[in-house]
Amino acid sequence: MSLLEVSGLQMRFGGLVAVDGINFTVQPRQIYAVIGPNGAGKTTVFNCVSGFYRPSAGSIHLEGQEIAGQSGHRIARRGLVRTFQNIRLFRSMTAVENLLVAQHTKLETGLLKGLFSVPAYRAAEKHALERAAYWLDRVGLRSLANREAGNLSYGQQRRLEIARCMITEPKLLLLDEPAAGLNPQETRELDHLIRDLRDQHDVAVLLIEHDMSLVMEISERILVMEYGRPIAEGTPEEIRHDPRVIKAYLGEA
Amino acid sequence: MSANPNTSSLKDAAIAAVVTAVLTVPMLGLKLTPAPEGLVFDKHFLLVAFAVLAVFVVQLAKPYIRLPKFGGVGLRTPESFVQHPGRWWAIAIGLAAVWPFATQVLPFLGGRGEIDIATAALTYVMLGLGLNIVVGFAGLLDLGYVAFYAIGAYTYALLSLYFGLSFWECLPIAGLLAGTFGILLGFPVLRLRGDYLAIVTLGFGEIIRLVLNNWDSLTHGPDGIGNIPKPGLFGHEIGRRAAEGGTTLWDALGIPFDGAYPVIFLYLVALALVAASLFVINRLIRMPVGRAWEALREDEIACRSLGLNPTVIKLTAFALGATFAGFAGSFYAARLGSINPESFVFIESATILAIVVLGGMGSQLGVILAALALTILPELARGFSEYRMLVFGLVMVLMMIWRPQGLVPVTRPRLELPE
Repeated sequence: MSLLEVSGLQMRFGGLVAVDGINFTVQPRQIYAVIGPNGAGKTTVFNCVSGFYRPSAGSIHLEGQEIAGQSGHRIARRGLVRTFQNIRLFRSMTAVENLLVAQHTKLETGLLKGLFSVPAYRAAEKHALERAAYWLDRVGLRSLANREAGNLSYGQQRRLEIARCMITEPKLLLLDEPAAGLNPQETRELDHLIRDLRDQHDVAVLLIEHDMSLVMEISERILVMEYGRPIAEGTPEEIRHDPRVIKAYLGEA
Repeated sequence: MSANPNTSSLKDAAIAAVVTAVLTVPMLGLKLTPAPEGLVFDKHFLLVAFAVLAVFVVQLAKPYIRLPKFGGVGLRTPESFVQHPGRWWAIAIGLAAVWPFATQVLPFLGGRGEIDIATAALTYVMLGLGLNIVVGFAGLLDLGYVAFYAIGAYTYALLSLYFGLSFWECLPIAGLLAGTFGILLGFPVLRLRGDYLAIVTLGFGEIIRLVLNNWDSLTHGPDGIGNIPKPGLFGHEIGRRAAEGGTTLWDALGIPFDGAYPVIFLYLVALALVAASLFVINRLIRMPVGRAWEALREDEIACRSLGLNPTVIKLTAFALGATFAGFAGSFYAARLGSINPESFVFIESATILAIVVLGGMGSQLGVILAALALTILPELARGFSEYRMLVFGLVMVLMMIWRPQGLVPVTRPRLELPE
């Protein structure tokens, strides 16, 4: 069974049709990229899939269940989490606190249990801290654990945001322009990180990206959008030679 | 076209001067004085001229005045305090508990009057701690917090009036009821943030006060409710003489009555309530729910993207914040013995909010210091009471310019990572 199945997705804002006729399928453990010029509607697709917009038409199935129109936090609990184009960390909280908040739904949230600090609560908190430590190690931020997230460098913030998603143990990770603002060295590290996440943590990745070398390098399938509509879908090799894509990116000869 | 900065500041200064003139002529320049032929206007236009000139000069010079920045200087929470607040609070509360007894032996430490002021201050500490949950941690600007204080006070007053329930029986009910109203207020404002939320909560505060003021048959309207009994202890009363069929605590303990005892007792009750609130809130903010409040303040969209339900988080913040106001309210009713709706006007909400903001949003230590300062200093400065509000306003303006992060800014706790 496919992990994510989007069919006939349409999003209208008043009279403006931002996105129309989008179909794609993401398989478990697949790395899938959505590319296209600025304003093509890629982030709108993300917002529909992750529950921040209610799609005007079409259906979105996660593991066979309809999620279109559900609220964002419900969808996140089903194992679909996302990062944001303009990083959204809890800026005045420390890196490790960011990772603890992300585990909220897995923690002991009973007020009385916490107030009396019962063993089950303490064990859950300890476990959460261990997992936070693991993920800080994983993205190389352990030494900055108690630094406020807003004071981290741009690349570190990107990695922390990815770690914050991964700590929720998602099935599908949505990355909205993860390489934006990174230097070439950091982009290469990101490339390895995304592959490692897939290989070691069995997560499927759906990403929006402008960095073509990164996209062609890691994606197994690519959807190309222009003016809110899909213009091509296929493997990187097919996309590279697709005349419509070349036209959209390079203009007509 | 960009205006020459000098002409534009000249224009601004002129406008400000004209506004000042318009405002000050009726306020400073003209004074009604009774004279044999009736009321006459005394003209003091020199004062107006001074005011206008001062405003003009200050406005003109404003671009050249650099306010010194000393945000880094001042109080900081010591590291050991951030890591182990419980210990330090235990010491502080222990000292505070010993203080009234010490005054009995060493009169220079204070007397009944001071203990009474401290008791009032502790009520504000509790209110500040409660509102800090809503404003400081969850970042929800609440201008109607006094409503929950009123609900707590009236819960005790009414239950004791109609059903004869004691303070200790009413305390949990008051907290619970205030918390319930917190949720009721929370529902309609779930989608609102910032200014819009502030306006709605402001309205809510006024609604509660007006209901209390106008529901004559239940609340006795503007007359309020009097003869509210003081808290007792284990069924004993704390007054000079017990009511019919009761015993006083002093008789039970076999010690002679002293006029200071009831005051000290009330102070200790307030202190115990503050200690309990501190303990509970300190736990709460380190629990998942506390972290979620802060995360909500930082970024609601990110919260949703991680599976946190903002509705639940907001409602818990409103409910728990209101609960502490409910406790404080019923203690207030018990301490004063009579309440009326005039005690719960908007300026109270504003004072509590000022406590939270001046203390440093989200900083427990700061809020407590600010609550003590804002309630004790005006009492000490009774001598120049007509300038009190002026100084109060000035302090707030200066604080917000120089130290917007508050008296004692929050220091984040360090978490030790396991290997």
